Amino acid sequence: MDKSSYSDYVKKKAKKSPIARDCIFAFIIGGAICTLGHSLRQLYTYLTGDEEITSSLVCTTLIFLSVLLTGLGIYDKIASKAGAGTIVPITGFANAVSSAAIDNKSEGYVLGVGAKMFIIAGPVIVFGMLSGAIYGVIYYITSLFA
Amino acid sequence: MDTFLSYIYAFLVGGIICVIAQILIDKTKLSPARILVIYVCAGVLLTGIGIYQPLVDFAGGGATTPLTGFGYSIAKGVRKAVDEKGLLGALTGGLTATSAGIAAAIIFGFIASLIFSSKPKR
Amino acid sequence: MNNGVIKFLQEPKIMSTYSCVGSEEKKGPLGMLFNYYSEDNKFGKETWEKSESEMQRIALFGAMQNAGIKDTGLDILLAGDLLNQCVGSSFGLSDYDIPYVGLYGACSTCALGLALGACLISGGMAERVGTVTSSHFCSSERQFRFPLEYGGQRPPTAQWTVTGAGAFILGNQGRVSIPEAVFGKIKDMGIKDVNNMGAAMAPSCVETIKTYFRETDHSPEDFDMIITGDLGYEGSEILKELLLSEGIDIRENHTDCGLLIYDMEAQDKHAGGSGCGCSASVISAHILKRLEACELQDVLFIGTGALMNSLTVCQGNSIPAISHLVRLKTEV
Repeated sequence: MDKSSYSDYVKKKAKKSPIARDCIFAFIIGGAICTLGHSLRQLYTYLTGDEEITSSLVCTTLIFLSVLLTGLGIYDKIASKAGAGTIVPITGFANAVSSAAIDNKSEGYVLGVGAKMFIIAGPVIVFGMLSGAIYGVIYYITSLFA
Repeated sequence: MDTFLSYIYAFLVGGIICVIAQILIDKTKLSPARILVIYVCAGVLLTGIGIYQPLVDFAGGGATTPLTGFGYSIAKGVRKAVDEKGLLGALTGGLTATSAGIAAAIIFGFIASLIFSSKPKR
Repeated sequence: MNNGVIKFLQEPKIMSTYSCVGSEEKKGPLGMLFNYYSEDNKFGKETWEKSESEMQRIALFGAMQNAGIKDTGLDILLAGDLLNQCVGSSFGLSDYDIPYVGLYGACSTCALGLALGACLISGGMAERVGTVTSSHFCSSERQFRFPLEYGGQRPPTAQWTVTGAGAFILGNQGRVSIPEAVFGKIKDMGIKDVNNMGAAMAPSCVETIKTYFRETDHSPEDFDMIITGDLGYEGSEILKELLLSEGIDIRENHTDCGLLIYDMEAQDKHAGGSGCGCSASVISAHILKRLEACELQDVLFIGTGALMNSLTVCQGNSIPAISHLVRLKTEV
């Protein structure tokens, strides 16, 4: 058997992820986290009346809750069922940062926590900023002609 | 009644955004890190071409809570900064708009590392 | 040339053994058989890496006690684990005043240690050899995957690294002997999915088993058990099918250490256990005990290892694998 036919054979043989079940959990838990985000949004809009402050506060609150659940070892338990439902919301970003921070404490606060905090979540910021800057340049050029 | 409906919309839209990512993970073997990068970039792109803002108006937290919403914040911040400061805004806008979130993750993450220690999974 | 199969003229014996595991393994179906376990998986140490080293120290200490020998009673130590530069072994065994050789064979290390130790004894280079192997879920997870609190989802083909260690003392007395061994060749069939290691390792296991049956006049029925460590569910299925297509039928007597150590339904361990502590602890606590009790008399143990690291995976390379075989036989 050559490599490519073996790889096809393995693909056929591999037990598939239970995609229907995964999607239902992702939908319910992801939806629930977003609904929580939405309620916070309503609450802070009511309290502050300012859109920018509201979105910062919502973000901060969700991140705080996620870090707390991560530290207590609850977030990863929910995530093993929820999959993308806990990875995609901003809480997943906070989980990636804080889990790396907690886990690398054994290498010290500078070389462990400080250096490795963004080992998983770093790409999100890098590519977010990169695409944002590209968009900014394009927007600037188009606004010159507008 | 409108407020109540907005929660339903938030749940549905947020849930669907997560399900799309779940299908990508299960079907394409893309690692979660790649999915997140795709989501942020997609958020910037969709905001840039004017699709994401209506979704945010419709679903509120359902559209801003997922990482595409992070991309939305970056793009919105960049646009505002470019309007105010010109080309320099393309550099400053993204981090300014998301500064609270990133700083919160760093600060809370660091505090968590002071308080908690890692535990084995069950 | 030995054609791949080494026959020991002076058959080395397994004098004693000792195993220690973490809490998940203790909860599994073999839980009662292990000699020592740690409820918090820390073995009294503050980092996961030190915990793994401590397991090695405890396992060797226990095995030497069981054999009734002191520090000076061993000629050489062969030990390995999954951590970078084998620090699990070297840190754990540094207090022993015994010549030390670090081994790396990924999850095949237990079989590798037994085979090498048997060579040294049979060749008269050593009288007594200690072999120790370990893996720790938490230290492996940190090195190869994600932080422990990271919320990720494992695909069904993923295996679970066993927290466990097993030590064996080889010498010239004991009920169980090692009459033959096969050192495997590196085999790479182009599998890149780190969540399906069983599939990456199965072809190398096929090669080693084929070599054994080709060069000896044995057939699979001659053995009470053919046990691999650890292909998990996916890999075991592939192994049986591939061997069958080569005319070797091991479906009746094959089993896998990764499938024995956990209750696959209740503990939700997907494709089963892995890690070099898996085969070490299962062979030590379960298979060897049954051999000594004569419930089993002739067993082929094939350790299978995936020889990648996190850099080669990120660089997009496929996963090379290796399988070493040792035959374990009880004198009746």
